[in-house]
Formats: sequence, C-alpha cells, structure tokens
Amino acid sequence: MRNFYLIFKKELKSYFASPIAYVVITMFLILTGYFFYNSFALFSTISFQATVNPMLAKQVGLLNITESVVRPLFGNISVILLLMVPLLTMRLFSEEKKSGTIELLLTYPVTDMQVLLGKFLSCMAVFAIMIALTALYPVLLIVFGQPETGPILTGYIGLFFVGASFVSLGIFASSLTENQIIAATVAFGLLLLFWMISFSASLAGQTFGDILSYISITTHFEGFAKGVVDTEDIVYYLLFITLFLFLTLRILESKKWRG
Amino acid sequence: MIEVENLTKYYGNYYALKGVTFSVAKGEILGFLGPNGAGKTTTMRILTCFFPATGGKARVAGFDVFEEPLEVRKRIGYLPENVPLYKDITVEDYLEFAAGIKGVARRDVKNAVTKVMDECVLTDVAYKFIGELSKGYRQRVGLAQALVNDPEVLILDEPTIGLDPRQIIEIRKLIKNLAGRRTIILSTHILPEVSMTCQRVVIINEGKVIAVDTPQNLTAKVQGASRFLVKIDGPSQDVMKELRAINGVERVTRRDEYGNNGVGEYVVEAIKDRDIKRNIAPVIVNKGWALLELRPQEMSLEDIFVKLVTKE
Ligand SMILES: Nc1ncnc2c1ncn2[C@@H]1O[C@H](COP(=O)(O)OP(=O)(O)O)[C@@H](O)[C@H]1O
Ligand SMILES: [Mg+2]
Repeated sequence: MRNFYLIFKKELKSYFASPIAYVVITMFLILTGYFFYNSFALFSTISFQATVNPMLAKQVGLLNITESVVRPLFGNISVILLLMVPLLTMRLFSEEKKSGTIELLLTYPVTDMQVLLGKFLSCMAVFAIMIALTALYPVLLIVFGQPETGPILTGYIGLFFVGASFVSLGIFASSLTENQIIAATVAFGLLLLFWMISFSASLAGQTFGDILSYISITTHFEGFAKGVVDTEDIVYYLLFITLFLFLTLRILESKKWRG
Repeated sequence: MIEVENLTKYYGNYYALKGVTFSVAKGEILGFLGPNGAGKTTTMRILTCFFPATGGKARVAGFDVFEEPLEVRKRIGYLPENVPLYKDITVEDYLEFAAGIKGVARRDVKNAVTKVMDECVLTDVAYKFIGELSKGYRQRVGLAQALVNDPEVLILDEPTIGLDPRQIIEIRKLIKNLAGRRTIILSTHILPEVSMTCQRVVIINEGKVIAVDTPQNLTAKVQGASRFLVKIDGPSQDVMKELRAINGVERVTRRDEYGNNGVGEYVVEAIKDRDIKRNIAPVIVNKGWALLELRPQEMSLEDIFVKLVTKE
C-alpha cells in the first residue's frame, strides 16, 4: 500500500514537473470549450428565433437544452479525450524503458502490480483534474437555463469509465515500447478502432454485427450521455480496464523484454 | 553472503553466461573484472532479480533470487551501469522516494536521507533536479539511493565509468569507506580499480570465470615474482647482451626513458621458477658498470589479465 502510494505520488509530481500535463489540460479545455460554445450559441440563437416564430420551434424540435447542448457536449468531450489521453499515458513506461530507470524501479522491493497501479492511478488523477475543470460548462448551463441534472451526472460517470478505459489501453501501449511517439500512436490507433468498430456493425451479419457493437466503446457511452446507467455498460468498461491492465502486467512480468 | 552456482543465461540463442560460479563472504569487497561483453552486467542483473537466469542457482543474503526476489531486493543496494535516474525530480525527493520504497520506516526516512546525503556529499545539491547535475554528482546520487536503506549487500556495476580522474578518486574513496559491515560486489573493466579497492577478484571473460583470487596472489601466480627492474649506467647494446647471457633469463627489454648511452632501465624476465636474483648484480659489477637500482617488479593486473585471457 505504501509502495503504491509512493509511486503514485512520484508519478503525479513528475506530470506537473514537465509541461506535458499543463499543455494537455489547456488544449483539452480550449477544444471542449469551443465545442461547448458552439452548441450553446446555436441553441440560444434558435431559442431566440423560436420565441418570435413558434412554428419554427415545432419544426426543429430542438428546444430541449439537454438534447441539444448537454448530450453533444459529452459526445465531444469523449472524442477529445480520445486524442488527449494517449499523450498523458505515453510516457508512463516508455520513458522509464528508454532512460533505463525501469531497471532501478523493478529491482526495488516492489511488485509489478504496485508499480502498475501507482502509474495508472496517477494518470487517472490528472484525468480527473482535467474532467473536473469542464464542470464549468454545465454550471453555466444551470445558471442560464434549466437542463436536467440527471444526464449531466450520468454523463460524468460515463466519462470516468471511458477515461479509465483509455488510460488502461494507453498504459498498455506504453509498456510495449521505449519510444513515446510509438506508444501514443499505438494507443490512439487502437482507441480509434475501438471507437469506430460499431460503424461496421451494420455491414456485418446479425451475430457478428452484435459482437462488433458490443466491443465498441461508443455503444456503451451513449446510454450515459442520455441519462441511463446500465450495469451492462459498467461491466463492459470494467472488463475493458481489467483486460488492459492485466495485459500490461503480463508485459511487465514477461522477462523477455528485459533481455 | 552471495553464492552463485553454475549460472547460465541465454539471450535468444546467444550464450552470455556459460556456468558462472563464485561466492562472496560477508563483509568482503569482491572485484568482478572482465572486458566489455564478458557478462558482468548480466550476472548483476540476475543477482538483483531484474531478470532470471536460464539455469543455475544464486542466493543473496540467504534468499534464492528466483524464489524470493522481494526478500533479496529488500537487502541489496544496486547501482546499475550508467546510473539511470529520473531527471525531473530533486535529489532529496528522489532519495526520500527510494528510502520509502526500500522499506525505511516512515519516521526514519528524513534521517536516513540526511545521513546518506552527508555520506555521499550531496547536501549542496539536495534541492536541485537530478537532470541538472554533472555526471559525478549523478553517480553519487546513484550510490546514495543504493545506500539509503543501509543494505547488507551492495552491487555496483562499473561505478567509475565515465568519470574524470578526480571524480574517480572520490568515488573509490567513498566505496572503500563503505566496506566493513557491508558485502560489496563491484564490477569493472578497469584493472587498477580492483587492486585499489577489492580484497578478492573474480575474472570473467566470455561468460566464464577464468580466475578467482586476491589481487596479490593472482600477481604471484601468473608471474612467480621473477621480473626485475634494473637501472644501469653503461652502453645499452652491451648491457642488453650481457643480461641476456645470464643463466635463466628469458627476456630483456629496455625502457626508453633515457638516452642510448649512459643510464638505462631494463626489465629482466626470468624463465618460470628460475631464481636469477643473485646472478644479475655480479655480471654488471664485473663489467665495471654502475648498478643504480635492482628491484623486483610486480606484474600489473593488466599484464595478468592479458596472460590469463590469452592462455585460454
Ligand atoms: N538484452 C540483450 N540482448 C542480447 N544480448 C545481450 C543483451 N544484453 C547483453 N547482451 C550480450 O551479452 C553479452 C554480455 O553482456 P554484459 O553482461 O552487458 O557484459 P559486460 O557488462 O561484462 O560488459 C554481451 O556480448 C552483450 O552483447
Ligand atoms: Mg556491463
């Protein structure tokens, strides 16, 4: 427990000792803020026109702030996370392999599991900070409108699971190589694949299509953004996280890469 | 304290260790000597449980490295080759991290770190980032992290590589001061290092141990104390001829530090087990030359090493 905490603390410190965490968080906020502003501005323009022209309101049926702002917001955040998380995870093992510090770390009296969890949770902490800062957007909505709070809460729960899944896959990619660029690229590629695989579901046959859309991360996030928490989705994310953490552990234990 | 038995290691199908056997007694400083690629780092990585051997046995501080790696790691301090350290952390923070993770009790961490920074002369740079330090300081941080939990066994892989002569002397002094309670294995491919710091030497080449002994015994064993340095004032050509003519002399070489005539230094080597000590002086004196100096010359570890390796 103490070892895990020490590694967690050290990793968290080194995130903020380099500019990486600041740059990623800033870019993330700029991008999400931009998307938020766009959908919010569109919504208020349409609402304003609708007050003048009630016919329009009926036509577009867009006057629900939850439907037209909150849901796209979570959709956008999750896509931007897909781009940003690999940048947070890429250094976790790659850097240690490249500089050789992994040799010292793994000859200290720590288990591979403590090292992995320390690194995983330190990245989750940065992720949590990043996500917490986006709370500004729903707060603005609550100040200026009456969104349902349910979907906002479930949306954040969903983001948490999506983020943890991204981080676990990112760490796995980082454990494969000593090159950070390769780690980020592999993580990004795999995540994108998991994201888009449901697109081909409609082309595939019935059973295979079902499997594809079950595998897809997107499918399981939709419910959260709508305000529905389904245990099946939670189970999916937990399986996903466990699988990649387990694979990373296997890579760490595999003595092959050590020589 | 450390027992290594018939250790083998394959990298793919490359045979890096071909049955290495040696042991280190408690409190001893053992020099692990060999040219680059001999298998020193490989052996040390096995002893520190970084990776397992392909075959053989190794015990450190009473624990098997394959069966109880965590127990072994608790009891060692390891300085890997080239001293890999985190750059984005201060010296003090890093040593506190190392102390904690190596199991120093929470309330003792501060003390342990202060003490080890003192010992390794790091107090001045306590708040500097490791990435900003010079190689000599980094080496000392590496040594400090190895020492911070006061381990029974120290494993140092080429601790003076890449340092300038002054830093080398400092590090050697530090290592010598560490001796006593601790058991130390120190690898090096620089020979004088061993005779300066170690009580016993294991010489390894191409994955095999080719000699184990004290530096002094090794010297004696290979050369049989039959090399002399003679300083003579006389014509060079004639001196060489006369020296070569002495019964039992195998080879005479001149050291070219002086002019061709006048004073010259000659190295006289005897055939193995032949005593020529008594025969040199009379010859010189009979010829009427001045004998300025006559002393046995020890073979350096360099010479020994070349002899041992070429004998194989
Ligand atoms: N990870 C590795 N993969 C393949 N060969 C290796 C690896 N590490 C070392 N070797 C080879 O094993 C031999 C012994 O290496 P090493 O133990 O590092 O020697 P030393 O430390 O004595 O210089 C060398 O020939 C080296 O090239
Ligand atoms: Mg080496």
